[in-house]
Amino acid sequence: MKSAIKSEAAYSRRRFIKNLGGGVVVVFCLGEVSFSSLFAQDGQPLEELDFNAYLRVKEDGRIDCFTGKIEMGQGIITSLAQVVAEELEVSIYDVDMIMGDTELCPYDAGTWGSLTTRFIDPVLRAAAAEAREVLLDLAAEHFGMNKTSLEVIQGVVSVKNDSSKKITYAELSKGKKIVRSLTKKPELKKAKDFKLIGKPIRSLDAEAKVTGKAKYSGDIFLPGMVHATIVRPEVFGSKKVKVDASKLSDFAGVQLVEKDDLVAVVHSDPEVSQRAAKSIKIAWEAPIAKANQETIFQYLEDTIQDNKVFESEGSLQLGEETSKVYRKATYHDGYKAHASIETHVATCYFEGDKVTIWASTQSPFGTRSSVAKALQMPLEKVHVKQIFLGGGFGGKSNSQQSIEAATIAKLCGKPVQLVWSRKEEFMYDNFRTAAVVKVAGGTDNNGKLKVWDFDIYCAGTRGTELFYAIPNKRIRSFNQAGVHPFGTGAWRAPGNNTTTFARESHIDVVAHAAGMNPLDFRLNNLENKEMIATLQLAAKTFGYDKEKKPGHGYGIALGQDAGTLVAMIAEVFVDKETGEVQPIRIVCSQDMGQVVNPHGATLQTEGGITMGIGYALYEEIEFNGGEMKTTNFNRYEITRFSKTPKIECVFIDKMDAKPQGGGEPAIICVGAAIANAIFDACGARVYRMPITPERILDALS
Amino acid sequence: MKQINFTLNGKPVSLELQGQESLLTVIRIYLEQTGTKYGCGLGECGACTVLIDNEAVRSCMILAEDIEGKEIISIEGLSSDGELHPIQKAFISHDALQCGFCTSGMIMNAYGFLLQNPNPSREKIIVGMESNLCRCGAYNRIVDAIETAGKEMPKKVKL
Ligand code: FES
Ligand code: FES
Repeated sequence: MKSAIKSEAAYSRRRFIKNLGGGVVVVFCLGEVSFSSLFAQDGQPLEELDFNAYLRVKEDGRIDCFTGKIEMGQGIITSLAQVVAEELEVSIYDVDMIMGDTELCPYDAGTWGSLTTRFIDPVLRAAAAEAREVLLDLAAEHFGMNKTSLEVIQGVVSVKNDSSKKITYAELSKGKKIVRSLTKKPELKKAKDFKLIGKPIRSLDAEAKVTGKAKYSGDIFLPGMVHATIVRPEVFGSKKVKVDASKLSDFAGVQLVEKDDLVAVVHSDPEVSQRAAKSIKIAWEAPIAKANQETIFQYLEDTIQDNKVFESEGSLQLGEETSKVYRKATYHDGYKAHASIETHVATCYFEGDKVTIWASTQSPFGTRSSVAKALQMPLEKVHVKQIFLGGGFGGKSNSQQSIEAATIAKLCGKPVQLVWSRKEEFMYDNFRTAAVVKVAGGTDNNGKLKVWDFDIYCAGTRGTELFYAIPNKRIRSFNQAGVHPFGTGAWRAPGNNTTTFARESHIDVVAHAAGMNPLDFRLNNLENKEMIATLQLAAKTFGYDKEKKPGHGYGIALGQDAGTLVAMIAEVFVDKETGEVQPIRIVCSQDMGQVVNPHGATLQTEGGITMGIGYALYEEIEFNGGEMKTTNFNRYEITRFSKTPKIECVFIDKMDAKPQGGGEPAIICVGAAIANAIFDACGARVYRMPITPERILDALS
Repeated sequence: MKQINFTLNGKPVSLELQGQESLLTVIRIYLEQTGTKYGCGLGECGACTVLIDNEAVRSCMILAEDIEGKEIISIEGLSSDGELHPIQKAFISHDALQCGFCTSGMIMNAYGFLLQNPNPSREKIIVGMESNLCRCGAYNRIVDAIETAGKEMPKKVKL
């Protein structure tokens, strides 16, 4: 795997060097291990492995910044430009982000895991800092002066105390072709000197989006392009037995494309291709259903035997014996869809033996290699282009639609656009897995946790390291490949939503059993000082000691994800008659290290919380084996306007620290904060998400 | 096949159509105005919202044969003479979007709503926008933006 990545990266480098234009270019090369050490006190010497980023100061003075990451609404098109502009001392509006184009950008595995700000920011800052130094050297030479007597403001280098002597970056880079590759740790600016980092910057792509001009993969039209419709089975994983395409002759100009289980029709008019596809009858052999949305939890528990101990200390038995209060519970979470408003789309064409693709993918380089592999083409014959994504959330990490589109294009010999219907989206999404978490926890007479036993089925261990001090504990992870009736995969903070729901619900269960309020109980058991500060900030901002209105409840949840600590407090109103929940207010406090763009971080946090209300209260895929009953939004309720609470985001001030993840962390706490608030409001403890009115009424009776 | 005549963003259009095509396909594919988006095809998400005779509708649910003689406005027709419409400006200033895929539909629905409800309360905005979905979760900012636009937008009907 590692060597595959290396050779892909090497390919990127060859391509890049070939395409190099004029100006000042800084190529940033850092080893995989050391790229986060830029913020460490004594960073190791930087080895030259391959470059992770580069930027070019063009001859017109504008900056091109290249990264393999993509923009899907998480705002990095803005925040990355911001850090480049900061170090380079230019206006943010002079920076053009070139993202996710496999022929222009350095290799990148994919945009996920809230990694961009943590790992690309330092790299780009370093490259920009180096470019600034190169330009200063050129200016020093130009003026015949020492570099230290120069200063840069907004891309103009001038001599300190002599404002008549100045020269622009554009003039400095004109006619030059300077390539620098970074080999030493560059001088990054200190927080006190920041002009842009830490300042709220509004999204740079907003105007393109409000005018409808922003291009997504389905907005690319190619000459002679056809629209493809694939004939799908009703049950996931079905194998084709027999195809009857005899009615196809009713549709003039339609072309049938068949390869293995893929049956598709293409036509220049998508309406015709859709109708024609409906006329094709395929006999499928479907796998036998083993579970539905109700039986899946027992099925997972019964089926999965293998487990790994993730964390273990002390003795569970001793812990149970020394506990005064001991509580066990099992928590369930159903399958969730990513449900981006943009479905999976790919538009592509062949020119000779080379294919060019615009795809809604979080991993352009992954798409390049998957398409190359599936169509048995060399890597360099697949070009994935930069494009906006209409949401990802982990759901656009594989390349199925690109492989399908490229296969169809190759077979029919025409440029192809493939837009998955919402129904296809609800079949081939790689869902967040259904999961079971079995928890036991106990405290002594002083409200100190003595024991914690945490068995996770299918949700993984991300973020489950305990930040509570508990002497006797065990965390195990149960998993098995192929247990799910359809595809599953990463969903915004993978697994962490489920495990945080279980842990933080159970902390409340134990706290209440011990007769302590959930805030004091947490503070009494936390050992991580930063988490304590984060929780205190949340409690203060929320006004946790304020009196509640009748029917209202408060709920706390703590969590950690992608290096960020989260403390969330929710207020809900529950109608005891109907079980309807109205989220009123959510305060989210985060320790995310350096906050590059507080405005962008706020948007991401608000978005995560809003999305999280959906998984907590409404979202659940209904199915029988691979047969999906959920086929559109009418059966898959997501958060709407009226259910969005007032949201307040606060951040721990840490400008000199390393930046941490921002896109995912906040969402992990929503389930438990809401569950705990519902309990506080009406006394219903619901152990299964989504927490539907029905389940609340059940718990109450 | 029949001739269907209508205006899109003020320009007369005449197309030879079968009649059963969706207005969304007509706008997006036949006329290549791609600001209007497909999200569900069943009237459930609002990504495809446009105005017909100043009323917000879901273009995926409208048949081509029903637009004869109508005035249609899509997101591309909202700004005039290079100047952004107050709703577009408010979406930018409140940063009421993330991935932007729901944005055209949100803005068009807000436009239709504001034409009928000048200067609305937040509560009214929420009711008026309720069936438009945003997976990125920009709802609160969208409400802020519409509130601002409601104050800015000239009371007279545009176009
Ligand atoms: S695409 Fe028309 S409402 Fe969703
Ligand atoms: S901004 Fe992404 S769906 Fe609304």
